[in-house]
Amino acid sequence: MTKYDELTEFLLRLGDSALIHAQRLCEWTGRAPALEEEMGMMNVGLDLVGQARNWYEYAAERINDGTDADTLAFRRDERAFRNLLLVEQPNGDFAVTMTKQFFYDAWQFHLLTMLKDAGDERIAAIATKSLKEVTYHLRRSSQWVERLGDGTEESHQRMEKAIDTVWRFTFELVEKSDAELVLSESGNIPALSELPEQWLATVNNVFAKATLTVPDEPSAFYLSARTGMHSEHLGMLLAEMQFLQRAYPDASW
Amino acid sequence: MYAQQVETGTKAIKSLAEMGPEERAFQEKIDAEIKIEAKNWMPDNYRKTLIRQISQHAHSEIVGMLPEGNWVTRAPTLKRKLQLMAKIQDEAGHGLYLYSAMETLGADRDEEIEKLHSGRAKYSSIFNYPTLNWADMGAVGWLVDGAAIVNQVPLQRTSYGPYSRAMIRVCKEESFHQRQGYEILLHMMRHGIQAQKDMVQDAINRLWWPSLMMFGPSDAESPNSAQSMAWKIKRHTNDELRQRFIDQTIPQLELLGCSVPDPDLKWNEERGHYDFGEIQWKEFYEVLKGNGPCNRERLETRRNAIQDGAWVREAAVAHANKKQKQQAAA
Repeated sequence: MTKYDELTEFLLRLGDSALIHAQRLCEWTGRAPALEEEMGMMNVGLDLVGQARNWYEYAAERINDGTDADTLAFRRDERAFRNLLLVEQPNGDFAVTMTKQFFYDAWQFHLLTMLKDAGDERIAAIATKSLKEVTYHLRRSSQWVERLGDGTEESHQRMEKAIDTVWRFTFELVEKSDAELVLSESGNIPALSELPEQWLATVNNVFAKATLTVPDEPSAFYLSARTGMHSEHLGMLLAEMQFLQRAYPDASW
Repeated sequence: MYAQQVETGTKAIKSLAEMGPEERAFQEKIDAEIKIEAKNWMPDNYRKTLIRQISQHAHSEIVGMLPEGNWVTRAPTLKRKLQLMAKIQDEAGHGLYLYSAMETLGADRDEEIEKLHSGRAKYSSIFNYPTLNWADMGAVGWLVDGAAIVNQVPLQRTSYGPYSRAMIRVCKEESFHQRQGYEILLHMMRHGIQAQKDMVQDAINRLWWPSLMMFGPSDAESPNSAQSMAWKIKRHTNDELRQRFIDQTIPQLELLGCSVPDPDLKWNEERGHYDFGEIQWKEFYEVLKGNGPCNRERLETRRNAIQDGAWVREAAVAHANKKQKQQAAA
């Protein structure tokens, strides 16, 4: 179910992942384990909504049919969303939230590091700006994974359980895609062939410090963000997030 | 705001002649507008009153995130989502530095939070009302932050230095929130469809009276005000501030093209102020007692957050200790 060209699909993958992850962070409002973490999570969430808006604006210009960033965010159905399966998963406890955050940050960090040298100047510019933010995100989540993994008996167990819960969705962070190959061959983006190894190296490195075990390589199965084959969680998330735009399509906010 | 009915523990205000030398020196400093700092001598009741007031204020910032959390996942556009997230983040920040200001008085953040959770400490009554449509996010910014500012602008000159400095920063950010809240409403009224205009009026109808209650009981029912004013913790009475808020808000209301649910509200040429109707004090005291529409939910959410996060904080401490030992051994 791909509707747009490879480049637009790629932009949506980046924008949707950032927005859906931020939406999950918003669910933590007033519920974080400490005030400092209320601020930390909102801070990361703010960066990600800002990044989503940048990717969407570029995507909307390419689609060029009157679509804007808000219609992309609030008027598409779940089958049209291209976000990673990982980020739509429920928050669970702080261990699940932080594990998702870390896997996503590591992926963003290496991907954006490559994209800042993209042939497409617009992508390069957004990636350069985003990378500054994501460098901080990854530092924060790596530290938390280390603290929780190598903290108390309970926190260690919770982390092992959290990894078990979300690891199966990480196949998307290490898969190679033909569409991205096309984009790199046409010079829009650099080759992303080393992304899987780099992501895994970061996970290995942080997990070693955290005394956590890296599971076997996950394999793809049925679901795939690239074709909008999501878990059931995304639909409910969108129903909440898109409520006002759907209920009052003629309104201006 | 954010602090209502703060106990001062005194029945009558002492004159300078009745004070011992330390207390007299303290009061003379206050009268001369010299700030009291953490290390200075201060009467026990001054310290306790400040701890009560600042902690109440800090708790209000934190509980105040919850009604906004109810809508941040449903904000209608990316811009509005970013604005609301930034506001929530600011409030967590206000909570943090208010707790820090409170700790300069020798109070402990965890102990004060425990008092909140067990119902022994208060927070602003306004946050016990539900947020029922998107316009509430505008109305909370405009009216609730607006009322808070009217209260807090004089607190920038409050006699205790760390509190005064915290207020200067808080006020800057809150006037920004207030303008943003008003702009949400103005946009809905000027560019919105009828359903949106109805949301705005509905939000104002529900939040108007609770906003006026934020200033606390009327002066006649406010036995602690006189002492707080003598100590210059407070600078104006509740009724003065309430009047100031109404006077500055009604022209903004008219610009919106909305009304408030008060048939007695009208300009009094002779007084140079708006007259307004009687506040439902019974409702105010019920909400303070814990019987407001959302008191239970708000406190339960906060209690759960701290309880559910206990293992996280323990892990952080355990890890920091391990690190320290490793460094010591190396």
